[in-house]
Amino acid sequence: MNNEATPLWQHRSNRMRLLLWVGWLILVALFLFCWQVMTRDTIWAFVSDAPRQAADLGGRMFPPRWSYIEKLWIPLWDTLNIATLGTLLGILFAIPVAFLAASNTTPSRLFVRPVALFIIVASRSINSLIWALLLVSIIGPGLLAGIVAIGLRSIGFVAKLLYEAIEETDVMQIEAVTATGASRAQILNYAIVPQILPAFYGISVFRWDINIRESTILGLVGAGGIGVQLQASLNTLAWPQVTMIFVVILGTVVVSEWVSARVRHAII
Amino acid sequence: MLKVSHLSKTYAAGDKALDDVSFDIPAGQVVGLIGPSGAGKSTLIRCINRLVEPSSGSVSLGGTVITGMSSGELRAVRRRIGMIFQEYALVERLSVMENVLSGRLGYVSFWRSFLRRYPAADVRKAYALLDRVGLLEHARKRADALSGGQRQRVGIARALAQDPELLLIDEPTASLDPKTSRQIMRLLIEICSERHLPAIINIHDVVLARQFTERLIGLQAGRIVFDGSPAELTEAVLTRIYGEEDWTTLDNEAEAA
Repeated sequence: MNNEATPLWQHRSNRMRLLLWVGWLILVALFLFCWQVMTRDTIWAFVSDAPRQAADLGGRMFPPRWSYIEKLWIPLWDTLNIATLGTLLGILFAIPVAFLAASNTTPSRLFVRPVALFIIVASRSINSLIWALLLVSIIGPGLLAGIVAIGLRSIGFVAKLLYEAIEETDVMQIEAVTATGASRAQILNYAIVPQILPAFYGISVFRWDINIRESTILGLVGAGGIGVQLQASLNTLAWPQVTMIFVVILGTVVVSEWVSARVRHAII
Repeated sequence: MLKVSHLSKTYAAGDKALDDVSFDIPAGQVVGLIGPSGAGKSTLIRCINRLVEPSSGSVSLGGTVITGMSSGELRAVRRRIGMIFQEYALVERLSVMENVLSGRLGYVSFWRSFLRRYPAADVRKAYALLDRVGLLEHARKRADALSGGQRQRVGIARALAQDPELLLIDEPTASLDPKTSRQIMRLLIEICSERHLPAIINIHDVVLARQFTERLIGLQAGRIVFDGSPAELTEAVLTRIYGEEDWTTLDNEAEAA
């Protein structure tokens, strides 16, 4: 009798459950359809051959040609410089863009903010490699093209995360500094900058870490760095050299991730 | 000293926060502003220094009409009005000293404030104020390293660094325990009488308001429904401000305190 008195409680209403079930059905149907499209042009003979091919290539790549490292130090140094200088260049432009894009610091929500947001989207939507491809044809091959490519790609990333941090600042602190009779520039300096500084350092180091990885492939399109050697080795089918380059890139990325993690940990 | 006349504020959403509010405050008078949450207490004090733009009416301080000023003039008049906040509103990542010196921002150039090269007189004043509120040894600490009561003292020092002619105090004790609340209220009252400073204190704790202020203004739904001395604040008046409630326990509390 008591059981009858207890109202029945369900996490989801019947309507919700039906909708959920239909949703899953559509998802499964879509997956089956996509699988058919995907495999239509696959030549299964090649796929069945894959393990043998992989083993063959692996055999040629191993062992790495350790002596080749002598020729990699300078390209590696170039790669680090592309990443670091490119990051600095990106940050330099990202800071004003972020302040123009944040809804609480922009001088005009109607005109300036959309322009700043467009710069961010434009920079983010084009991959570093494509920026490099364009820049190599504009300013010629070499390190400079790589630095500018990394810089252009970084503007959007840094500016986006930074303007979000600016928008999340505590309004009370800004109100308090405003109430003292401070000017707009003083409010930025005293109320907003201290609040976003940790985010700013974190974002910058994070982007530097990403840029090290991205700058290793810019050489494929002639924009300098260790990618140039990778391209040359691939073209001459010098597989042991390719492996050696992979080893060097892996080591660099591990070190840069460690540095980035340590710096971010120290700030927070 | 402060003259508020026919002040109204209607927010963009259409809520009427203040409705034809008028009162005067003579030099040196400390006024407690009481009323239920949402009565417009915060809006009222923010309309005085125009952190919130009033819809109509006027505010004048010592003969200067604040409403209708240009932004440059407004900055100059904001220097003369110190403000103290409920959640302290210190810049958490700056040092205690920088927070106190930020009270001088309206007086120094951008570059001086940017390089933290304040005039010697300002630094001397800041040290004297930190000494007054009992935080001299904490000057170099970061604001977020202090306790609630200490932070509110920094907030008081920052407001006083402006050499204000009026203090606007928004719920100074709402985030503090009862003992610290009384200490902070006592400090505020002492400072106001030392400097002959008028002040408006938003306060929802009626017992504290009665104990520490010489005049009370009761706000209800954006209108003034009471303006008188703490002694005149009877049960009938409390009911008019806050609505029906058994107020006898409150009276006992006030007598005990």
